[in-house]
Amino acid sequence: MSASRPRTLFDKIWDSHVVERLPDGTCILYIDRHLVHEVTSPQAFEGLRLAGRPVRRPDCTLAVADHNIPTVGSRIPSDIKEDDSRIQVETLEKNVKEFGVPYIPILDVRQGIVHIIGPELGISLPGTTLVCGDSHTSTHGALGSLAFGIGTSEVEHVLATQTLLQNPAKNMRIDVTGTLGFGCSAKDIVLAIIGKITTAGGTGHVIEYTGDAIRALDMAGRMTVSNMSIEAGARAGLIAPDQTTFDYVKGREFSPKGEAFEQAVAYWKTLPTDPGAHFDTTVMISTADIAPMVTWGTTPGAVIPVTGVVPNPEDEPDEGKRTQLRRMVEYMAVTPGQRLTDLAVDVVFIGSCTNGRIEDIRAAAAVAKGRKVAAGVQALVVPGSGLVKRQAEEEGLDRILLEAGFEWRDPCCSMCLGMNPDKLTPGQRCASTSNRNFEGRQGQNGRTHLVSPAMAAAAAVMGRFADVRQLV
Amino acid sequence: MDKFTTLTAIAAPMPMQNIDTDKIIPARFLKTIKRSGLGVHLFDPLRFDADGKEKPDFILNQEPYRKAQVIIAHENFGCGSSREHAPWALLDFGIRCIIAPDFADIFYNNSFKNGILPVRLPRAVCDQLIEDSKLGGNARVTVDLARQVVVRPNGEEISFEIDPFRKHLLLNGLDDIGQTMQHAPSIDTYEARNRQTQPWMPSTAV
Ligand code: SF4
Repeated sequence: MSASRPRTLFDKIWDSHVVERLPDGTCILYIDRHLVHEVTSPQAFEGLRLAGRPVRRPDCTLAVADHNIPTVGSRIPSDIKEDDSRIQVETLEKNVKEFGVPYIPILDVRQGIVHIIGPELGISLPGTTLVCGDSHTSTHGALGSLAFGIGTSEVEHVLATQTLLQNPAKNMRIDVTGTLGFGCSAKDIVLAIIGKITTAGGTGHVIEYTGDAIRALDMAGRMTVSNMSIEAGARAGLIAPDQTTFDYVKGREFSPKGEAFEQAVAYWKTLPTDPGAHFDTTVMISTADIAPMVTWGTTPGAVIPVTGVVPNPEDEPDEGKRTQLRRMVEYMAVTPGQRLTDLAVDVVFIGSCTNGRIEDIRAAAAVAKGRKVAAGVQALVVPGSGLVKRQAEEEGLDRILLEAGFEWRDPCCSMCLGMNPDKLTPGQRCASTSNRNFEGRQGQNGRTHLVSPAMAAAAAVMGRFADVRQLV
Repeated sequence: MDKFTTLTAIAAPMPMQNIDTDKIIPARFLKTIKRSGLGVHLFDPLRFDADGKEKPDFILNQEPYRKAQVIIAHENFGCGSSREHAPWALLDFGIRCIIAPDFADIFYNNSFKNGILPVRLPRAVCDQLIEDSKLGGNARVTVDLARQVVVRPNGEEISFEIDPFRKHLLLNGLDDIGQTMQHAPSIDTYEARNRQTQPWMPSTAV
C-alpha cells in the first residue's frame, strides 16, 4: 500500500505487525505481549507438551493467577479449598516452571488481576500487540496497544509461534466531546456509550475513542473505557497515546528506561491516527448526555441515568426485544416506571479489572469518608492488585473504608465472576463496579447493577441506589 | 496433531439426528485442566445411567464397538455449543472419523483442528454404511483421505468432497500451529528486524 494513505492508529499497529499475508488474505500477526492466567491456559500448555513444542518467546510472556484466588484468609495455593480452583492454580505454577514462563507468584505484592498488572508493571506498551485468553484484554488498548482476548487454541498458537492468524477488523471511531459533569466518571462514559450503540454496536470493529472528554481522562479512566469495549461488541478498544500515556508508562518496572524510553516515545508519537484517515463507522457523544449511570437489566446496554426510571418493555415495538426486556424486568425484580433510587441493595462490590485501580478506590473512599455502610448491606472493596492495595493503605484509604464498615479484601477477580467464594446468593441485589450483569454472573440468580465506584459507595452508605452528586 | 491418511476400522452405527455437544460431553465435565482424559465422559448421558453404570444397549458399550474409530450418524451431528471439549472427548475415546449427512458448522471446524475427519455423505449412503457396520467386527470400513473415498466392507468405493486446504492440513498432520510453523523463517526475519527497529522493547522476565 502507499505510504501516503492516511491511516488510523489501528491500521498502523496492524500494518507493523503483519509477518506475512497468506494467499486467502489471512495475516500472520506478530504478538509482542502475551499475558497468561490459570483458567484458559491449562489445555494450551498440555497441547505444547503433547506436541513437544517449547514456548517460543518466554521473554514476551507473563503469567499470573487471578480468577480463583481467595480474597480473605490464606493465599497459599495449596490452601485453596475448592478443588477445581486449587488445581487450576497449581497447574499454572507447574506449567510456568516447566516452560520457563515468567510468573508473578500469588504472594508477590505485584500479583493482581492480569489487566490491572499489565499496565501497572509497564508490560503493556503503546504500539504493541497484546493478547490474553480473556475477553477484557481490551483494557490495555487505553495505552494505544492493540489488545484483544483469544481462545485456548489460540493461546497455544501464540505460545508456540508468538503469532496469530487474523483477519483485519473494521475501524470505528467514538468521539466523546465536552466536559464531564460533576460526579461523573469514565465508567459513566462507557456505560452511556454502550447504552447508545448497544452491545452489538461494535461488532467486527476495533473502536478508537477520541475527543476532548477522552483526552481529559487519566490512564485509569481510559482503561475503564477501553475495558468495556468488549461489552459494546468490539474486538478491541484503542486510545491514542499522548503525554498522559508517556508519563504513566515512564519509570514502571518493565518499561524502557533512559535513552531507550526516549527512543520509544519518539516512535509512539508517530502512532496517532492521521488526519483524514478512514473510519467505517463514527459515533458522536456529548458529555451533556452523560449522568451517573446505572444498569437496570441483564445486558450492559440496559442502562439509564440514576435519575431515570425502569423502562416499560411493552413500549418496545420489536417483539423479540420486547420478550427479552420482559425477561430482564422479571429476572431483576424491577417494575416498569420504578425509580432506581427506590431500589435497595444487599451487596456492594468495588473492584475488578474495570474499576479496581487506586483512582477507583480513592473515588469510593471520598464518598465513604465519615459515613457508614447502611444496615444489612455487605460492601466489599477488592483492590485490583497487591500494589494497588499497598498504595491505598499508604494513603489511609483502607482505614476510611473500614471505619465506614466496608470490607477490605486481598486482590483477585473476586465477585466479578464468582469463581472464588465471593458470590451473590440467589435473589441478592448488588451495586457492582464490574463489567457484566448477565444472569448469574456474580452468583446463581444474583442481580447485578453496574455502576461507577463513587456510585457503588453511595449505594453502600444509602442502602439503595443514590445520586452521588447529592453526596459529594 | 496426528495425520489422517488412511483408516481401516470398526464403525459404530448411531442412527440419530442432532447429536448435540451436550450429549457428546455435558457441561459439568468442562471444569478441567486437560484436553485429554475426556474420553471416559464421551456421550455420558447416552452411555451411563444415573448411578454411572454402563447402559448395555448403547452401541459403544458393546463389543466390538468399544474399539470403534468411526461413527456413522444422521443429520446435524455436533450441534449446540462451541466447546472444543466435544472433539477432545471423541478423540480421547479413539474416534478419528465421523460420517454423517451434515454437521454443525463449529463442530465441523473444531474437528479438523483436532485431527478428526468429518465426512459428509448423503443420508441413503450413511444408512447403507450403518447396515454394514451392524455386521460386527469383521465388517471394517476404510476411509482413504488422499483418494477421498470410503470403502465399504464389500469393496465398493464411495467418493466424498472435502476442501483441498483442509485435506492438505489433515494429510500432513498440520494443525494451525503446524501450518504457521511452516512460516517460521518469516517470523525469524520479523523478529530480527524488530530487534533493530525497536531495540527498546523490554523483556518480561521477572
Ligand atoms: S476482573 Fe472480571 S472481567 Fe476482569 S479478568 Fe477478572 S473475571 Fe474477567
